[in-house]
Amino acid sequence: MNDIWGSSKSDQAAMPAIHGVTMPRWGLSMIEGRVADWLVPVGGAVTKGQDVVDIETEKITNVHESPAAGILRRQILNKGDVAPVGALLAVVADPAVSDAEIDAFVSGYVLPAADSADEGTSGPTPKQITASGVLWNYLDIGKADGPVVVLVHGFGGDLNNWMFTWPALEGAARIIAVDLPGHGASGKRIDIRGLDELARKLLTLLDALAIQNAHFVGHSLGGAIVGLAALARPGLATSLTLIGSAGLGEEIDDDYLKGFIAAERRKDLQPVVAKLFADQSLVSRDLVEGLLRFKRLDGVTAALSTIRMATVDQGKQRVSLLPDLAGLHIPVRVIWGKLDRIVPATHAGGLPSSVEVHLFDDAGHMVHMERAKDVNAILAKAIAG
Amino acid sequence: MARKSFRQAINEALASEMERDPHVVLMGEDIAGGRGAPGDHDAWGGPMGVTKGLIGRFGPERVLDTPISESAFIGAAIGAAATGLRPVTDLMFVDFMGVCFDQIFNQAAKFRYMFGGKAVTPVVIRTMFGAGLRAASQHSQCLYPIFTHIPGLKVVIPSSPYEAKGLMIQAIRDDDPVIFLEHKAMYDDLEDVPDEAYTIPFGEANLVDEGEDVTIVAIGRMVQFAKVAAKTLAKDGISCTIVDPRTTSPLDEDTILEAVEETGRLVVVDEAYPRCNIGADIAALVADKAFGALKSPIKRVSPPHVPPPFSPALEDLFVPNPARIEEAVRETMAYKR
Repeated sequence: MNDIWGSSKSDQAAMPAIHGVTMPRWGLSMIEGRVADWLVPVGGAVTKGQDVVDIETEKITNVHESPAAGILRRQILNKGDVAPVGALLAVVADPAVSDAEIDAFVSGYVLPAADSADEGTSGPTPKQITASGVLWNYLDIGKADGPVVVLVHGFGGDLNNWMFTWPALEGAARIIAVDLPGHGASGKRIDIRGLDELARKLLTLLDALAIQNAHFVGHSLGGAIVGLAALARPGLATSLTLIGSAGLGEEIDDDYLKGFIAAERRKDLQPVVAKLFADQSLVSRDLVEGLLRFKRLDGVTAALSTIRMATVDQGKQRVSLLPDLAGLHIPVRVIWGKLDRIVPATHAGGLPSSVEVHLFDDAGHMVHMERAKDVNAILAKAIAG
Repeated sequence: MARKSFRQAINEALASEMERDPHVVLMGEDIAGGRGAPGDHDAWGGPMGVTKGLIGRFGPERVLDTPISESAFIGAAIGAAATGLRPVTDLMFVDFMGVCFDQIFNQAAKFRYMFGGKAVTPVVIRTMFGAGLRAASQHSQCLYPIFTHIPGLKVVIPSSPYEAKGLMIQAIRDDDPVIFLEHKAMYDDLEDVPDEAYTIPFGEANLVDEGEDVTIVAIGRMVQFAKVAAKTLAKDGISCTIVDPRTTSPLDEDTILEAVEETGRLVVVDEAYPRCNIGADIAALVADKAFGALKSPIKRVSPPHVPPPFSPALEDLFVPNPARIEEAVRETMAYKR
């Protein structure tokens, strides 16, 4: 025991702990990011996981954390600087580490090569598979032999909605993030009457991928779908995490759904999308532009209309998971932003006592993006069991 | 989604509409390789390779090589459009359009009006424009102001590969004659372009960037130059709104006026000759409808009123560039009453 302790100590002495804070990769299309603001000054103490810098991508701004505890010894980039994914932003180290060693670390830092040969994109590449006549676009990344986590986005979203989620989970789990039919790069032709049919389509995809056990995570519409899938195939889901989820009450902002479908111009879409976030500064021009580009694709308007009809009837949700939730006998977690304007957070009350509820102040419907760190911690716990 | 060239984006648009609608046919000079092309008849795909691969996929009945007679094949395409097909013609260089003005201006542009809305003319005339390729005066003009001048024509000038695909699909589905102008120096430009079909509506300008100080309205390739200029200006604390009208007919007046209302300054960048060009039209629009918002005179960036020179040194001076846009923006900022 002493030997082990001793050797690890001598290792530390030989290799002082210097940690680089590097430009994160949020989303498939992120190539570079901008330092929007420094949250910790040079010389400031940081804990592991503390927010140190605000990073702005072309779509969204989010906080980025320190990978370790120590002193923020250097800020390599200034506020406003743009750098590629993987670039060194700051250096965190123990006060005992000399300035010369820090300088050597900085000058010796090599930008990691892009892990995809595809010109201009450096992120993971989604795959496509056809299961029961549906073309699915999905991301399959992370620890190949780890527990499987299935991430399902909400109405009008796509797998990129999990851009802040997968970097936190990919070390511990195999992540399957899907584009629902009618969304992202999945097939746009859908013919369904109820959400149970979408849940069944998801099950055929998981069958095609030979997945036998998975932690189900769904946001909004995706929550209702993973819930229905878990109920339809007992034994498949090992846990269920529902975020701002449909299927847990009657109310839903049908004007949001209708507005999202109808908007053809940026001016019309902007106020609709603004309903998703508590922090309006997150609704960037490029976020709206990305959604407009999605909505321009052939078949999207029809697909979204079909899904809305399957979701809502006379302004009320058609699907309820509530009667069957207690009978699932797996850990169920519910996460909500208290300022959710699409599906009200009051639905988190009145759930069976076995359900673990997490409510967040100052977060809206996109709580997994607005409070990514906290939501990721809950998901990590769910995966660890 | 992959990065694709401007050329590939248009090729995809043509292929996906031909796949979707059997009435879509292509007509033009050398688009299938040309009479007597050696080997595989798919060798060329037009002078810039835009239609490459399409004759192999859709056959010679839908990809028609025509004689070098613009007046004949443009007239034939317009007649075919009036009787049920959706032809997409390739008129190679916009400079050659003069020989078929009657077919375009007096026939295609007028059918809907003359027949009280009972006739439609869903023809697309693709054509190359612009300077920068050392192609001399007769192969380097813009000429889109001439088409914009004619009621009944729609005039589309895409500024990037993404824009080109969506606007081309919209052009083919549109029931009116569309002049689709491709800048010859942009065919190798790259951008993320969805594999699937999508449409970008006409008459809806793209707000490329939003700033506070100056509005730059730029057309076609000039949008890319404006972006370069804006990036440099941003370093000096000057932030620019960039508006790409996408279509000069119909023109999205609202977006231009709203942008000028916000910034109070306007620079219009148009590669066409300065007299009676789109820059002049937009300057007049703003002077008429947003005069009260202006903090400084409207600046126009265009070539001088001379033919595009063949001399490389002179041609480089002729075409507007990011430095000239930057200079115009700084002038509007420096203006004092």
